[in-house]
Amino acid sequence: MPAPLRSYVNGLAEVPVRGATVGAVIGDLMEQYPIMRPHLADPAGTLRPFVNLFLGSNNIKDLQGLDTLLNPEDVLILVPSIAGG
Amino acid sequence: MYPDLSRQEILRYSRHLLIPEVGLEGQRRLKASSALIVGTGGLGSPVALYLASAGIGHIGLLDYDLVDESNLQRQIVHGTGSLGKRKVASARERLLDLNPGIQVDALDEPFTSTNAMRIAENYEVIIDCSDNFPTRYLTNDLCVLTGKPNFYGAIYRFDGQVSVFYSKEGPCYRCLFPEPPPPELVPSCADAGVLGVLPGTIGTIQATEVVKFLLGIGSSLIGRLLLYNALDMSFEYVNLKKNPDCKVCGAKPQITALVDYFEFCGVPGLDHGRGWTGRGLTITSRQLAKRLKRGDKIDLVDVREPHELAISHLEGARNIPLGVLSSRLEELDPSQEIILFCKSGSRSSRALEILLAAGFQRVKHLSGGINSWAREIATDLPVY
Repeated sequence: MPAPLRSYVNGLAEVPVRGATVGAVIGDLMEQYPIMRPHLADPAGTLRPFVNLFLGSNNIKDLQGLDTLLNPEDVLILVPSIAGG
Repeated sequence: MYPDLSRQEILRYSRHLLIPEVGLEGQRRLKASSALIVGTGGLGSPVALYLASAGIGHIGLLDYDLVDESNLQRQIVHGTGSLGKRKVASARERLLDLNPGIQVDALDEPFTSTNAMRIAENYEVIIDCSDNFPTRYLTNDLCVLTGKPNFYGAIYRFDGQVSVFYSKEGPCYRCLFPEPPPPELVPSCADAGVLGVLPGTIGTIQATEVVKFLLGIGSSLIGRLLLYNALDMSFEYVNLKKNPDCKVCGAKPQITALVDYFEFCGVPGLDHGRGWTGRGLTITSRQLAKRLKRGDKIDLVDVREPHELAISHLEGARNIPLGVLSSRLEELDPSQEIILFCKSGSRSSRALEILLAAGFQRVKHLSGGINSWAREIATDLPVY
């Protein structure tokens, strides 16, 4: 969980989530922390264009997107758009 | 042909000349090279210092800001003696003291779609050390359209990102972030804070990538994004691929010239200090003080983070941080007049937008935030 979003998940750096696909896992995350919803998805449920999720070192956009299958120990990295300098 | 090194320069750069990957040829290459540093703040400071000391022959410093006391916790190119001076003038003086043998241009102007091409044409590489999305998108598009590499670094509190976006050989910034997040989801350094050492770490990596690129050595960060977290002391890499549908570097680009990014990003790129002041929805510290004194019933809502209240707070105000405001609207009474405030007016203007969108009508925000209150009314309160 990147620092800019940690305040919405009780300050946690890692959040355990359940689901067989990336989409299911993101759904579970938004269910556990409804306040995360506007940061991740639009009202229709589509991932916002400034949200990048990586499975290992690969962007899920280069895999099967939200349908990408996950194994139990997989780690998803949420890469935020930050502008500070 | 690259310029020769003087006897003095050979001594100055001797530790470079000893490395076979640099050597005399490499140092002459650096002397012949040029770099534009966009932003002379947290990231721009270490980048400028290291590129100047490395002997990059021609450096452009672009910034239009003044040196402020709150900059010195991280912007190490400036000093206490430079307070109130133009940042580019302060940095130029420091760089020429470090290395009088180089050319340093002080470009004291905002970076816009109208001057970006003219400014960039004098430099081989561009280093994005800016602090706002409009400038980052402008820098990216400029680099794609002119075929120059963009050495990207960005920071937030304890997190940093570094990459080299070079559309001739890999993805660009827009391939990763096709569009910026909405302003209400983006706190700036001035609002969020940043660990002072962080830009040192990230800027030093940017400068490393510039030197390697100019020398043509090593494996670059083209196609890779480095994610650094200072709290965890973790360095992670993710792979970046070119987006074939990218609006600027894709197969069918829609962006073929620089555009007005202030509109596009929805936030002012030129002044991120004071926030929105339009449509009579602001109140000044003096006006607020007058109204509180005569006993007007006002619901004062402080939208800063809870830990900021220890620095300064307004008597009678309640705290609902901007990040959770949308989910706590039911705590506010739309029939009551609400005045929002934050540190300097930026977050409260976003909070104002949220309340207006939710149908609140009796709402204003405090121009200049609690810092303005501390300067003009409660002068015993600190400004931060």
